[in-house]
Amino acid sequence: MKSKLTLFLTFLKIGAFTFGGGYAMIALIRGEFVDKKKWIGNDEFTEMIAIAESTPGPMAINSATYIGYKIAGFFGALLATLAVSMPAFTFIFIISLFYEKFKAIAWVSRAFAGIQVCVVYLILSAGVRMLGELRKNAFNIALLAIVLVLFVAFSVFDISFSSVFFILICGVLGLVYYGTDLIKKGGRG
Amino acid sequence: MIYLRLFLEFLEIGAVSFGGGYGMISLIREVVLENGWLTEEELLDFIAVAESTPGPIAVNIATFIGSSQGGILGSAAATFGVVLPAFVIILLIAAVLKNVHKYRPVQGFIEGIKPAVVALITGTTIVMGLSAFLGFDCVGDAIAVNVKAIALFAVLVVLSTVFKKVTGKNISPIAMIVFSGVIGVIFMG
Repeated sequence: MKSKLTLFLTFLKIGAFTFGGGYAMIALIRGEFVDKKKWIGNDEFTEMIAIAESTPGPMAINSATYIGYKIAGFFGALLATLAVSMPAFTFIFIISLFYEKFKAIAWVSRAFAGIQVCVVYLILSAGVRMLGELRKNAFNIALLAIVLVLFVAFSVFDISFSSVFFILICGVLGLVYYGTDLIKKGGRG
Repeated sequence: MIYLRLFLEFLEIGAVSFGGGYGMISLIREVVLENGWLTEEELLDFIAVAESTPGPIAVNIATFIGSSQGGILGSAAATFGVVLPAFVIILLIAAVLKNVHKYRPVQGFIEGIKPAVVALITGTTIVMGLSAFLGFDCVGDAIAVNVKAIALFAVLVVLSTVFKKVTGKNISPIAMIVFSGVIGVIFMG
């Protein structure tokens, strides 16, 4: 039975036990709703991932909202989104109360000095992975190079320029480029 | 008013962040540094905490920063802000604009954003690396080489490459964080 309570509890469980963000969560959501409960079909799930990838915001929120809506309408979307965010919110709020005191301990502070290096590495490897997945056409490589150089230059010369502008400008360029591409090919779509 | 400010800043982050957890890091970094909410080091600490606790990274970070600036209400305001855009957009797509992500202009816009996101995350790593390894933030800063941090970074690169070669799998980020923490306790100080 597709009850709202089950929906809520399942997303609560997913929110409480997924480490490593969006894609780890997708596997769990598929396991619960496609394989086990069969509330969502395979095709619809693939469709949902396509939507989640082309909309902003955390993947977990995107998929909870979508599946919640499909199962129980607006109220279902609200419940699922609340459930998937609640565990993180609770854990982190508690951690935040102790962070300063914890960090003041000498050996903890030394541990974090090492961990900070690790995080730079983790972000770099996320970047490298995304670079690997990026389609390597002239348009993408040109945009990537220009944004990268400008971003580092602005930062080094202490010029304030929000990354939001980079994202929006590149979005508009993509729209224009792929739009004209379509006209050239006499396209459809 | 701090609650409104937290809400609006995280609303903006939630509305323009594509590409999942680490795709948001460059925007989050800009916002927290510009508002003086966290230092670069605290942000790195916190990304490690977010990576080692369950739940979406964006929710983790919003909750933490919200709490440090405005207690439980601050946490709620920031988290609500970062979640709201995804929730509304997905609801609209699920309920009304069913095939919006299949329209050519929308696809073009998303395609244009992809290289920008890769450039921003790579640029952010470079800027963070310059700061963590060379003590260099902007032109005019004296360079202070942090040999221990550079050495640890090199060890992490070698370790993860060898692990991948031998086992064919990626080493878990949490394992790398723990390892770096232990190295930090022993050697950093």
